[in-house]
Amino acid sequence: MVRRLQRKDVVIVGLGWTGSILAYELSHTGLDVVALERGPWRDTAADFNIGTAPDELRYAVRHDIFLRPKQDTLTMRNNPSQTALPIRKWGSFLPGNGVGGAGVHWNGQTWRFLPDDFRIRSHMIERYGEGILPEGNQIQDWPVSYDDLEPYYDKFERVAGISGKAGNIKGEIHPGGNPFEGAREHDYPTPPMKQGYQQELFTRAAANMGLHPFPRPSANLSVAYTNPYGCSMAPCTFCGFCEWFGCANYSKASPQTCILPALIREPSFEARTECEVTKVNLTVDGKMATGVTYVDAQGEEWEQPADLVLVCAYSLFNVRLLLLSGIGKPFDPASGEGVVGRNYAYQTGSGSLGFFENVKFNPFAAAGSTGVALDDYNSDNFDHGPHGFVGGASITCAHTNGRPIRYHPTPSGTPMWGSAWKKAVRDTYQRVASVGAQGSVMSYRNNYLDLDPTYKDALGRPLMRMTFDYQPNEQKMANWMADRCDEIAKAMGAKATQINRLRVPWNVVPYQTTHNTGGAVMGNDPKTSVLNRYLQSWDVPNVFVMGASAFPQNAGYNPTGTVGALTYWGLDAILNYLKSPGPLVQS
Amino acid sequence: MVEIGADWPARKPSRPRAAPPSHSGVTRRSLLATAALLITTSGVSARVVTKVLPWKPNDAYPVTPVVPGGYLFFTANEASVVDAFVDRLIPTDELGPGAKDAGVTTFIDRQLTGPYGGHDWLYMQGPFSQNPLPTQGLQSPLTPREQYRLGLAALETYCTANFNRSFVQLSADEQDKLMSGMEKGEIQLPNFSSKMLFNAIYANTMEGFFADPIYGGNRDMAGWKLVGFPGVRYDFRDVLDKPNQPYTLPPVSLQGRPAWGGH
Repeated sequence: MVRRLQRKDVVIVGLGWTGSILAYELSHTGLDVVALERGPWRDTAADFNIGTAPDELRYAVRHDIFLRPKQDTLTMRNNPSQTALPIRKWGSFLPGNGVGGAGVHWNGQTWRFLPDDFRIRSHMIERYGEGILPEGNQIQDWPVSYDDLEPYYDKFERVAGISGKAGNIKGEIHPGGNPFEGAREHDYPTPPMKQGYQQELFTRAAANMGLHPFPRPSANLSVAYTNPYGCSMAPCTFCGFCEWFGCANYSKASPQTCILPALIREPSFEARTECEVTKVNLTVDGKMATGVTYVDAQGEEWEQPADLVLVCAYSLFNVRLLLLSGIGKPFDPASGEGVVGRNYAYQTGSGSLGFFENVKFNPFAAAGSTGVALDDYNSDNFDHGPHGFVGGASITCAHTNGRPIRYHPTPSGTPMWGSAWKKAVRDTYQRVASVGAQGSVMSYRNNYLDLDPTYKDALGRPLMRMTFDYQPNEQKMANWMADRCDEIAKAMGAKATQINRLRVPWNVVPYQTTHNTGGAVMGNDPKTSVLNRYLQSWDVPNVFVMGASAFPQNAGYNPTGTVGALTYWGLDAILNYLKSPGPLVQS
Repeated sequence: MVEIGADWPARKPSRPRAAPPSHSGVTRRSLLATAALLITTSGVSARVVTKVLPWKPNDAYPVTPVVPGGYLFFTANEASVVDAFVDRLIPTDELGPGAKDAGVTTFIDRQLTGPYGGHDWLYMQGPFSQNPLPTQGLQSPLTPREQYRLGLAALETYCTANFNRSFVQLSADEQDKLMSGMEKGEIQLPNFSSKMLFNAIYANTMEGFFADPIYGGNRDMAGWKLVGFPGVRYDFRDVLDKPNQPYTLPPVSLQGRPAWGGH
């Protein structure tokens, strides 16, 4: 029996970055806000305690704080002709769970996408002609521009305290920053992080090659900082337990460090954890949401009525909730019609490992966002004419850690075990530098999300099915980038290098990146987007959907900076909606 | 099948559960009593947080340190085979202790008694495909406990049939050759994938050799000393201030280090 609870003004599904930002801002205006989070409450002192947090086995190997596949997972296959099977154990990506979401365990690399990224289809056609677009692509311009989002990027950077060096302030290029970035109104709120010895070599080599290295923008803070919400953070100590871990040191921007202390003081806000929203409820005509249904920790079902439903459940689970709720027409790759699940994209990873001699890189002295990057090969910052691919990559020399279960590199050709392996492990640990390319992934008709016909979650709902592979365009791009990385690694003085090409077909086992994008994209045409340019559902105007599910395709960067900017952009739209409820764009 | 209810990681004492949750993956701390846990007036069973951050001094979720001695999952014979196997994977040599001497067998034993051993946190609903794609990862219904129990028995049967000896009685060269064949999947164990057994022991050996010693392996931080990993010191700002210099401080584990009265 479903029991009905007292109505709220706003119900938020998921209490990660996007949910906590909106919860704070909306409850601050006096609205009654309830956030429903399917994982546990988590806070720094108890859950990421310094006496327990630096534990590689528990977090990075056994996945203690991630969504447990037993609770919910996806099925996957590489193309529509195959049978999808469940991801029984996370590998390629690691969805978060609990308060803070993936904002707990991220590395903190906080980028703005480039101005060209937002109109990549038009831009590429204008510069190179239609022929440059890859076969089967569904690349589309964003319905917002870099200039639209600039103030909102700024806002998120201030809330998160991002440490970096501006390259372009109001059109003026600043040496040492990224000269390719879009014009910024302000510099970063905190100065760039310290870098290690390998970054020193990379910076020198890249500059000698005529490239433009800069310290990458970091949500691990270089200095103590208090954000506009009054939340204070401490300087990062480079402990080497960042990605896949909660930060014990209040140094990594997360909902815990940046939002929750302020949010919880809002008297009209309430968080309910271990409550899994099973669907967004709609009126009989399907044109308005009436709230959500959720299952609590004892398996009891509840209806939470609300005037406004904000879907903030992480990109993949946003899409699934829309599919389970019947909001928007599901995408059908056979006909090309429908929108929900369309344009799922990901990220490429390729690069080069440099093996040096007589160096001490001390890889354990690192943070998730230490690293020096360059954007000379990202987006359309270079002439694509001779290469015949769309997209690009940010290239970075970085170590995020030296945790030895997962990090004990050996030169290729080394045996996998035995005394020879042991010797190689000992001799190699200190002398490897990685130059990596994190590349864009375009959108294609055959890369999409829908509901699996066979497998169910613990509550009996269909799992979401992911159909994805790297297409020839991405392979060509990422492999070209690997060669660029190799040139730099050699110029840094590596005695030997090992090129890592893009691994195809996409494989769910090795960790790659939790940069899952698309599936509920924003756009100007309801035939090719789930959301209008204000992140509002075209079909159900009192439903807004936050997160990287809105990306029409993915750029050559980590997504969180853009997710944060879109959240503040969406917030303004929601505030406008509340003044005059209804569609913010007429379809 | 040995089923030991090791609470891993250990949680602060919680109120007894009135009834098992119907979807246990959701309920990590559903009944954990804290000052901030409220039940809504309507009776919703959820942790409700409002107005104040839930926090109590010394509130944390430490793991229970492994106390070496004896085996909770392995039989004596299984433990001796695992000892011999991991001793070949990471041998004790002039560079220092190997996996056996670093306590990796105890590490694996204790891991197998916890949630890892039963794949308790993984998606284990069927149907299980007989012909998954190589890109689809783990698709076997066998838990680690089953892999070890069945796999080690199959290995012993194989050794008896082919060498008329137990695995532990083979020479180091014979063991290496057999293990290489298992690694490549070329050895046909009776009714068990030799590659699956190899991969399980291999992965767990790497974990046990390099994980924090609190889990029973990496004794005396041997794995960390081998590569020069300083453990959980948690502040390396000075290292970045002195680039390209050797790091000379000894490693520290979650329980400290011997000189501090730790482990």
